[in-house]
Amino acid sequence: MAETLYYRTASDLNRELESKRISSEEIVRAVIDRTRAVDEKVCAFISFDEDDAIAQAKASDARRARGEALGPLDGIPVGIKDIMAVKGQPLTCASRMLGKFVSPYDATSIRKLKDAGAVVWGRLNMDEFAMGSSTENSSVKTTANPWNTECIPGGSSGGSAACVAAGEAPLSLGSDTGGSIRQPAALCGVVGMKPTYGLVSRYGLVAFASSLDQIGPFAHTVEDAALLLQTIAGHDRFDSTSFKTDIPDYRTELQRKRGPWKLGIPREYFGEGLDPEVEKAVRAAIEFYRKEGCEIVDVSLPHSDYAVGVYYIIATAEASSNLARYDGVRYTHRSTDVKDAIDLYFKTRAEGFGPEVKRRVILGTYVLSSGYYDAYYLKAQKVRTLIRGDFLNAYEEVDALITPTTPAPAFRRGEKVDDPLQMYLSDIYTISANLAGIPGISIPCGFSGGGLPIGLQILGQPFKEADLFAIARKFEQAHDHHTRHPAL
Amino acid sequence: MKYEAVIGLEVHVQIKTESKMFARAGVGYGRDPNTLTDPVVLGLPGTLPVMNKRAIDKIIKAGLMLGCDIAPVCKWDRKNYFYPDSPKNYQISQYDEPICVGGKLEIELPGPSRNVMGEHKLIHLTRIHLEEDVGKLNHFENESLVDFNRAGTPLMEIVSEPDMHSGEEAFAYLTALKQVMIYGGISDCDMEKGQLRCDANISIRPRGSEELGVKVELKNLNSISGVRNGIDYEIQRQINVVERGEEIVQETRRWDADAGAATLMRTKEMAHDYRYFPDPDLMPVRVNKEWLDGIRGGLPELPFEKQRRYCEIYDLPYTVTSVLVPDARLAAFFEEASEKCGQPKAAANWIANDLLRELSAAGIDIDDSKLRPDHVARLVKLVNEGVISNNIAKEVFVEMFKSGDRPEELVERKGLKQSSDTGELTRICGEVIAANPRSVEDYKAGKENAINFLKGQVMKATRGKANPKVVDQVLREEMGKL
Repeated sequence: MAETLYYRTASDLNRELESKRISSEEIVRAVIDRTRAVDEKVCAFISFDEDDAIAQAKASDARRARGEALGPLDGIPVGIKDIMAVKGQPLTCASRMLGKFVSPYDATSIRKLKDAGAVVWGRLNMDEFAMGSSTENSSVKTTANPWNTECIPGGSSGGSAACVAAGEAPLSLGSDTGGSIRQPAALCGVVGMKPTYGLVSRYGLVAFASSLDQIGPFAHTVEDAALLLQTIAGHDRFDSTSFKTDIPDYRTELQRKRGPWKLGIPREYFGEGLDPEVEKAVRAAIEFYRKEGCEIVDVSLPHSDYAVGVYYIIATAEASSNLARYDGVRYTHRSTDVKDAIDLYFKTRAEGFGPEVKRRVILGTYVLSSGYYDAYYLKAQKVRTLIRGDFLNAYEEVDALITPTTPAPAFRRGEKVDDPLQMYLSDIYTISANLAGIPGISIPCGFSGGGLPIGLQILGQPFKEADLFAIARKFEQAHDHHTRHPAL
Repeated sequence: MKYEAVIGLEVHVQIKTESKMFARAGVGYGRDPNTLTDPVVLGLPGTLPVMNKRAIDKIIKAGLMLGCDIAPVCKWDRKNYFYPDSPKNYQISQYDEPICVGGKLEIELPGPSRNVMGEHKLIHLTRIHLEEDVGKLNHFENESLVDFNRAGTPLMEIVSEPDMHSGEEAFAYLTALKQVMIYGGISDCDMEKGQLRCDANISIRPRGSEELGVKVELKNLNSISGVRNGIDYEIQRQINVVERGEEIVQETRRWDADAGAATLMRTKEMAHDYRYFPDPDLMPVRVNKEWLDGIRGGLPELPFEKQRRYCEIYDLPYTVTSVLVPDARLAAFFEEASEKCGQPKAAANWIANDLLRELSAAGIDIDDSKLRPDHVARLVKLVNEGVISNNIAKEVFVEMFKSGDRPEELVERKGLKQSSDTGELTRICGEVIAANPRSVEDYKAGKENAINFLKGQVMKATRGKANPKVVDQVLREEMGKL
């Protein structure tokens, strides 16, 4: 029996659209109905505009009827994390601070999606300003893991992962600063990909930590993730940190690249704190690759221990500066009954930001302060260089690295909200890729005894996303984890 | 005086560009509030800066004109502080790797009189860096409003060494700096429009001492005279403090030109911690040799070099050069006219005297003058070739300025050509000789002066058109016949 419409892959939907067996409007209506049916439980969306989505779908159908379809994403809904600017849509970052802000412009990724005919769909929940690992730091609502609504979906792009897992969109975009795509993808049993830093323009992505942030795709399959990345990747003159590089056709490369590859297993990623069920699933995946003829090599990334510490210095330092603009003077929340400008700043920021954002802004301000800069920020940058060096050394020998995405499957909602350090450690395997600027993907590789998804992380060489997709797909094609859906 | 003041200046100069330092929005002055903005200028969530290469070109040009070393690589830093005129609450600036390092500026102090060149000095520069300007607050009774039109305008900060010792020297420094900037097309330096703003670091020490005293930063010196008055006021204030037996406190003071006094802004304890760090949104700038050579090839002559050349090569008097040189357009006008007629002195005189007088009487700018260098060159030639007299030329100049017609046309149309027709002149000379027998007698008695009176009479009768040399010759001949 064919898959329920709202769970079909984008590639599949595109084939149906091309053969005119289905319309974009039907797809979008199915997704809207599904969202209406399950989102009270899942809470993936902060808001969505049904009329706008249907209007986009009708425009797509009209284009296709004229024979002017714009490509494989034309007419396919893509959910958007509420941190990317869409003209005329709210842009809240799940913060009270931006509760009423409507963006007057499109992010470059959004413009590219629109140019490709995709239906830009909804505003997905997240940790406030992308700071968190469980989506519990949203000031709006907490999102549930569709596999077990008592559990967190991961974060910060929890809404983006949950909406794909729950069939509320076949594709979505998230952002990844320390694992915010890969970690929720792993916990929700979907594919999530963080591209090389500089591959996707950050213009219109509200900055958390500018040197670490990247936009990336969520999807049911590796092929779909490649399709979505294809659409948004490429140099952008509005982002000075975006890289001038030729983007290969990822789907063609998927067909062409068949391995075998030389894969490294970094021993630092299999130590203390790794859940046995996760380890078992990941080891099984490694065995799969070995049997497929891949050479498996033990490697070391010796500076891994410093990654979380370095990350929380660099990310918070940049955040303290990036978030300074939310001050009550222009477009943000504004505290009333203030004495003067200083009072306005204090009260607005006290009211507008949640506790995790405040914690990070304070930490970041501290590490940049005169007298502390050299000891913290400067030293962290130096260690960051060493961490990147670890990866580049490893890539002298291997094509990619195989690791768990997270130390454990999804934990229960509320379990770690009072323990920020424990929360920070849920990103222990994902953070290094951001510090090193390398691409990483998480794909489903198993389930825990409790029925929660487990993610396999593959870390690739800079700008070698095509290899990463091919390696990931090798596993996906031989397994059926990605075809299973939660009972909602 | 017992004390010596030590002064260093921090001068902010807006770079003249079409668009902002890191955004596409236009740059301008006096426009409706918040019309020169875009999402980037306003620091809307998600926006990113993109460097304006033209602004870099211009700061490099400024640096080369001022003899700075241009850094092969320079980076951008964020200067973090909260203020309502700042859209992002950080300013993109350059902290420890400025684009221009070192350098010097030649200044001229006032001479003993306007006609005599004053002493020249070299003021050393510490650095020049590039940053973005902030918006402007407008305060009303119950509220303050922000205009972000100025926000993001490319702004150079030129930091001098503490090489100056009086308000007069600071004044001369600013004047010279302004001229270099205008010469390079880097900025118009209109202080009223905030295109040039100045802060001063001032300390005093006993004369002869090598140590630096405690410095006070004086802000808001926003007119050329304000710089002189504000600095002299602060020097005197510090002297008074020391004379009273008190200590100078390191602080920032704000000059109020209307009140003619400065007030305390903040003390050292209230100083900001700007938490500088490299801006992760921007890549470092690499200035390669090709880029540098391209700019070096288009460098203009410096004002004082030009003035020396005018004095030495063209043999122009100091007073004339000090009129021509300060305005690069006037100097260019002069050079074109001079080249076309080959008579620099004559061309310079017409421009420094007649042209400036007419421009000021008409209240127009040299760019709007219908009279162009070519007119001046042609006029000089007409006088030189004896076609018209100097007096007639003055009339022609005024006419040319009004109409923009060529001098030859005017001379022709109005019949102003100097007459060398000896037949006609002989007749007029005869009449003058007949009418002035006493002068003729005086001439014959050896009084050479007498002929001048007769010449004047002939010129009068010919309404100035007669060629004075020919008149002289004819008069002598005619009188010789008597």
